[in-house]
Amino acid sequence: MQGSAIETSQTTLDMQHGHGHAGGHHEAHPDHRIFGIVLFLIAESMIFLGLFAAYLTFRAVSPEWPPEGTPEMELLLPGINTIILISSSFVMNQGNAAIKKNNVGGLRAWFGATALMGVVFLCGQLYEYFHTGFGLTDNIFTSTFYVLTGFHGLHVCFGLMLILAVMWRSLKADRYSSASHFGPEAAELYWHFVDVVWIVLFLILYLL
Amino acid sequence: MTTAGIETTVKPPEPHGESDGNNWRKYFSFSTDHKVIGIQYLVTSFLFYLIGGLLAEGVRVELATPDPDFVDPQLYNGLFTVHATVMIFLWIVPGTAGFANYVIPLAIGAKDMAFPRLNAVGFWLIPPGGILLLSSFFVGAPGAGWTSYPPLSVVGDKAGQLLWILSVLVLGTSSILGAINFLSTILKMRIPDMELNDMPLFCWAMLAASALILVSTPVLAGALILLCFDLMAGTPFFNPMAGGDPVVYQHMFWFYSHPAVYIMILPVFGMISEIIPVHARKPIFGYQAIAYSSLAISFLGLIVWAHHMFTSGTPGWLRMFFMIATMAIAVPTGIKVFSWVATIWGGKLRLNSAMLFAIGFVSMFLVGGLSGVMLASVPFDIHVHDTYFIVAHLHYVLFGGSVFGIYAAVYHWFPKMTGRMMNEFWGKVHFFLTFFGFNLCFLPMHWLGLQGMPRRVAQYNPEFATVNMVCTVGSFILAISTLPFLFNAIWSWIAGPKASANPWRALTLEWQTSSPPPVENFIEEPVLWSGPYEYGIDTLSDRQSVDELLTEVKGEV
Repeated sequence: MQGSAIETSQTTLDMQHGHGHAGGHHEAHPDHRIFGIVLFLIAESMIFLGLFAAYLTFRAVSPEWPPEGTPEMELLLPGINTIILISSSFVMNQGNAAIKKNNVGGLRAWFGATALMGVVFLCGQLYEYFHTGFGLTDNIFTSTFYVLTGFHGLHVCFGLMLILAVMWRSLKADRYSSASHFGPEAAELYWHFVDVVWIVLFLILYLL
Repeated sequence: MTTAGIETTVKPPEPHGESDGNNWRKYFSFSTDHKVIGIQYLVTSFLFYLIGGLLAEGVRVELATPDPDFVDPQLYNGLFTVHATVMIFLWIVPGTAGFANYVIPLAIGAKDMAFPRLNAVGFWLIPPGGILLLSSFFVGAPGAGWTSYPPLSVVGDKAGQLLWILSVLVLGTSSILGAINFLSTILKMRIPDMELNDMPLFCWAMLAASALILVSTPVLAGALILLCFDLMAGTPFFNPMAGGDPVVYQHMFWFYSHPAVYIMILPVFGMISEIIPVHARKPIFGYQAIAYSSLAISFLGLIVWAHHMFTSGTPGWLRMFFMIATMAIAVPTGIKVFSWVATIWGGKLRLNSAMLFAIGFVSMFLVGGLSGVMLASVPFDIHVHDTYFIVAHLHYVLFGGSVFGIYAAVYHWFPKMTGRMMNEFWGKVHFFLTFFGFNLCFLPMHWLGLQGMPRRVAQYNPEFATVNMVCTVGSFILAISTLPFLFNAIWSWIAGPKASANPWRALTLEWQTSSPPPVENFIEEPVLWSGPYEYGIDTLSDRQSVDELLTEVKGEV
């Protein structure tokens, strides 16, 4: 590969011990990854905004909402699920607080708890899918319901994979420390994002 | 330090001689060097431009006669659909991204982009996206136009339409990854001395265009996901028979696709703002006006999308809003055109190929811009909606605008990228053939549209036959005009006269390093010793302080 200097800088990014480079040409590639993640989440939120806008428009132009014959929505299970997902954000934050004090064990424990809560949320979601009493193509409401919650569910899965990846990588000694914790931080940002999307989704899909 | 020197300090050279800085194999590798990626983008997108051009010739040959006798009408639909998609998503968008990749890190004095590996991923999504799209011809090409409005797009061949959706999703992802990289690079990687208001205008333009990509492309992805469900699973999102609404697709589609016009033209505005002052040997007129008007365009560009939908049953108050907002875009755009003309005014022009294409850009884009203002007006738009007037307008913006600008940029930056000069004689032949062929092909279409010839139909009223033949002849000249360019570029790359570091005597930072630049761009840290456009005096032969330069520049203006 051509970019030799870039390769060196990438390794320094991964290690992130900032060992004083021999100056001149080969100082570390500057680390703007958190900024990049924020930009990426802006793009992500625009997909959801687009889909939400579509949902609200369908709702506004439809003579009756939900369309006739749609079974009543159960609120208890999604409500519990919402509480679980929102709390998981706080749990995850504890993990990042731990690694900022160089406590890798704490990071693993709190992230593990977050992952567990994420799995519970997904299971609840699946349970709901099997008990709604309507299918994907029944009417415009059921279609938007499945596509919106399904698309969000995919994001939860992806966030879950990020958390598990961070836990896996934390097994290697000195991977994360108070000075270097991009991985946990990025995973947390993403998880908060997924969380916020769910709150909006819950409001417009279940409560509105 | 040479490339070889850097390589050996890091790792032993690989068997196939990575030490050779000009090794052609690097262009086929997952390189993370922004200069390699820039050239990968440019060459790949130019190949797709040739393919898109062939598809266009297919369309023009069909339209040479009023009857559908050259290809089957269904194939004709596929030709113009894939032509438009290739030209937009595989030529202009990645082509301008190629220039931005190559030039921006150099112009801000950085060693590379902010995320080199992400950059490589962004590029390597392009070939699969292109192959997906072109492979649709084997299963029945999508024939609903590049807009793919339902219900038309969900009643035809499923396979071709699905390939189209997947391809645009892949290419859109590539575009978003690029935008994240450009925003981070421009905002975070400038050399410390360079404030935002010291940036070359190309950086401002890419900032505005990347912001647009970042917020609008995802909405198109959302629309395509819903369309995909309608197509494959039979959901009723855009099916009014089952409670859906096809107009929702149009809103989501144009929320991206109107900004897409600015995504394709803003980077070119930036390139032109670089090229004109260098070859006019004058400071740019109205630096801040040009810089901030890019931001204004990108904001206004986000709130005018429904002017594409004046005939889609939009309510009156909405039409009024979108008409006024659309016309308002003429203000920041006019500021730019005015500034370029004012920069040329009284300059010491070098009428080389780059400058000719730049001036050609300003004049041709002006025509497209003016017909755009006409189209913003609701009654006129309703009259010419879906006629050849639209085809004429959009080609004046995207060909007369974007493609002329990209050619200007090739002639301008070719010496930096390859270390060799292009042949001026054949460059001028290329320009005049392109200019003549382009106007012969597209100018008569205004008239065809006003007379009511509908677009996207293989068969037409025989009274339009003569004019259509003229357009087809123009399109042949346009096709031939790429040949001198192609041979000039290939020949010059191999055997052109060597270029110095700064053949145009330009002031922006990319010209402070060798041609082509070494792996990490600058052997010595670049120094910001003047603003980007402080021309007007012979800066290279004089050894004056920046202050003295500035006072002299002001004195001459």
